[in-house]
Amino acid sequence: MARDGVLRLNDITKRFGKLIANDAVSLTLHRGEVVALLGENGAGKTTLMNILFGQYTADQGAVEVFGQTLPPGNPRAALDAGVGMVHQHFTLAGNMTVQENITLGVQPLFSLRSGTQTARKRIVELSERFQLKVNPDARVGSLTVGERQRVEILKALYRDVKILILDEPTAVLTPQETEDLFATLRQAIANGLSIIFISHKLHEVMAISDRVVVLRHGKLVGEVNTKDTDPKAMSAMMMGTSATPPDIVPAQPGGVLLQLDRVSTADIGNAPGLKSISLALKAGQITGLAGVSGNGQAALADLVGGMQAPDAGTLTVNGDTPTSWTPREAVAKGIARIPEDRHKTGTIADFDLTENAILERYNSSDFSASGWLNWRSARDYANGIIEKYDVRCPGADTRIRLLSGGNMQKLILGRVLEAGPQIILANQPVRGLDIGAVNYVHSQLLAARDAGAAVLLISEDLDEIITLSDVIHVISEGRLSPGFTRGEMTPPELGIWMAGHGFEEAAVAS
Amino acid sequence: MRLEPIANPTLPRRLGLPALAIGSTVVIASLLAMMAGANPFSVLGLILQGAFGSKFAILETLNRATPLIFTGLAAAVAFRAKFWNIGAEAQLYSGALITVVLGTGLLAWPSPLLLPVLALAAVLAGAVLLLIPALLKTRFGVDEVVTTLLFNFIFLLFISMLLEGPLKDPMGMGWPKSARVLPEARLPRIVEGLRLHWGFGLAILSAIAVWVLQTRSTLGYEMRAVGNNAEAARFAGIPVNTVLVKTALLSGGLAALAGFSEVAGLKGSLTLDLSPGFGYTGIIVAMLALLNPIGVIFAALFVAGIFVGADSMSRAANVPTYLADIMLATALLFMVLAIMLTRFRVVRD
Repeated sequence: MARDGVLRLNDITKRFGKLIANDAVSLTLHRGEVVALLGENGAGKTTLMNILFGQYTADQGAVEVFGQTLPPGNPRAALDAGVGMVHQHFTLAGNMTVQENITLGVQPLFSLRSGTQTARKRIVELSERFQLKVNPDARVGSLTVGERQRVEILKALYRDVKILILDEPTAVLTPQETEDLFATLRQAIANGLSIIFISHKLHEVMAISDRVVVLRHGKLVGEVNTKDTDPKAMSAMMMGTSATPPDIVPAQPGGVLLQLDRVSTADIGNAPGLKSISLALKAGQITGLAGVSGNGQAALADLVGGMQAPDAGTLTVNGDTPTSWTPREAVAKGIARIPEDRHKTGTIADFDLTENAILERYNSSDFSASGWLNWRSARDYANGIIEKYDVRCPGADTRIRLLSGGNMQKLILGRVLEAGPQIILANQPVRGLDIGAVNYVHSQLLAARDAGAAVLLISEDLDEIITLSDVIHVISEGRLSPGFTRGEMTPPELGIWMAGHGFEEAAVAS
Repeated sequence: MRLEPIANPTLPRRLGLPALAIGSTVVIASLLAMMAGANPFSVLGLILQGAFGSKFAILETLNRATPLIFTGLAAAVAFRAKFWNIGAEAQLYSGALITVVLGTGLLAWPSPLLLPVLALAAVLAGAVLLLIPALLKTRFGVDEVVTTLLFNFIFLLFISMLLEGPLKDPMGMGWPKSARVLPEARLPRIVEGLRLHWGFGLAILSAIAVWVLQTRSTLGYEMRAVGNNAEAARFAGIPVNTVLVKTALLSGGLAALAGFSEVAGLKGSLTLDLSPGFGYTGIIVAMLALLNPIGVIFAALFVAGIFVGADSMSRAANVPTYLADIMLATALLFMVLAIMLTRFRVVRD
């Protein structure tokens, strides 16, 4: 039995208190095979992978790698057996360089030669072969989310893994890069690696996987060969019902609500700032910002969100140019800000839902008077959001760290949309969310658009940009492309801009 | 062995572990008492009796707890915002210094006017003293742990210089000691005839005020937000640096009240041994109280009780008073461990 299966999960059960995260899940991975693991957030995918990788100990069941049962709860054992995992939430040391992160834990402890040169050669070779472009000397803390993921993948590859687990690996890549990654993954498979691929993007699952395993509420609900299924059937298996993406009616653009005129900002570490960009956000229109991670998206989001004032050029909001530009000013001007990282910047983990709900407006007259908070109205407000935006939680006094990503995002959505914003900055609003939550967030953004808001959608998921945006700009190295209307460009054409081509010509033409 | 985070610790876990920490401290103290050749039960009994066994003992403990409540609050307020004020000792002395400078005759006003002015002046002195490290941190990113800690030494030497020079009591027979403050500058006793001054009342009121501030005011909300997640606070529009400076002002002011209360309530003059490390012990008090301002009162009583009790136990049982220091240190270590174990579960592989 163990001959053809390089990895077997036998009857894995894991309980967290009353919640059964995995209910007798069995799975076999064969040599040279890609198995896609599908499921909504909270379906138990990450728990299952954490058990496999030794982060958690299963209550029942065992993990077998190459016929050997792994001692439970020991990440070292999984690593030594050749299992590597690229986590959705990165496990990198921010104050160390890329190379140090990659070699961390695999350097010989007692050796006269540090092996730095050999390691470096190997990293450069791997990064070229797998087209994972990173500078080995860059400090990880200064890298963008996308680059960090590349480091994570490299880290696993550097350890010579035989089994690679990828948790949403393509979220931060361009279509071309995704294709490159798939090509290298196929190469790796041909060389005998086996891969477990976790993704929400069904067409990617169709493109790369041989077999699909679907989890729902901790149970294995389906296992099919990829060639025998289609995205619609898979989605139905995941959700229990078939989820329909929101219908999109054409936009009715109105006046310009926010205008940037040749705005520049300073670089942030290795990430470029804005290079004399001009952009107009119109009422009733979704403006999409496409681009490879780390090309100035953060700078533009900081600018629109009030975290950063322009160093040069002018920012005009609703016809006037603010003299000071701070987050508080931005909120006062009616800008709703959905931050890129809901754990680190969007919420305060140990604050409860009420405290998080009023985070941007605690000092407004709705929630406080002369320096004293009105907790009653704050709680009413939070309960209103919980009900209206369907935030699943035990109550408004729950610490927000206990909520799932989707519910956290719903609270943030409620927090910013309840104020009736005119301008919405949505930075990676659905990153890491399951399909149900994705559709919910998208329909809320579309509803806000139809109510006359100007939406700036920043996403590294090109499909999302193409589906939702009425106008698309591409950002590369801090430069902004002209606006392309819906349907004007195909994904490969946008990919050329994303790779940094066409900007000089456009600059000359204008 | 690994640590696994506990999402939502149960109430028994949150209360039982700190209780276990105190219990373990008592066990270790008993073992040490046995090593010193005494009966552990009688030693513990003597400590308890020395701390809370008589009216005199209780008043002594309350007196000793008073400065610890102030310095404990100073640490609790600052640490809640993740501003690491290690300099409560210096701020305490700054409060004592201003009380002596203004209270020895410079302001010859009646008590009801003079005492509030002195208290306010002390608060300002402590606040200003901590303002310097706070501005160095917010403007230039200088680590406040280093600056506040070093300020303790600088300020104590400064006090020493003053006590050998301009502030030296001419009637002090050569001792480095300031003149006594005016009778009007003395805090009255809470009950006539009992040795407990209103500094204790002020400490309790301060603890309640800090608690109300932290839970009900926008400033308290800002401080907690900054301490929990400065990045999210900044994104939400909370002026993080301003909040840190305000926190520092409050923390420094609270620590300085300890100095005011010791001079005006107990000692009457300034000496270099005014504080046997109240500023540092305040950090232990704050940690034992899990940074809760009301908890600070009880933690201060616990710590003061150990000190006072150990003093009297030492006389009776011939066990060194150092037992008090050891009990405090073990209590702190066990409490830190208990705090960690409420949030994490140890999993054996």
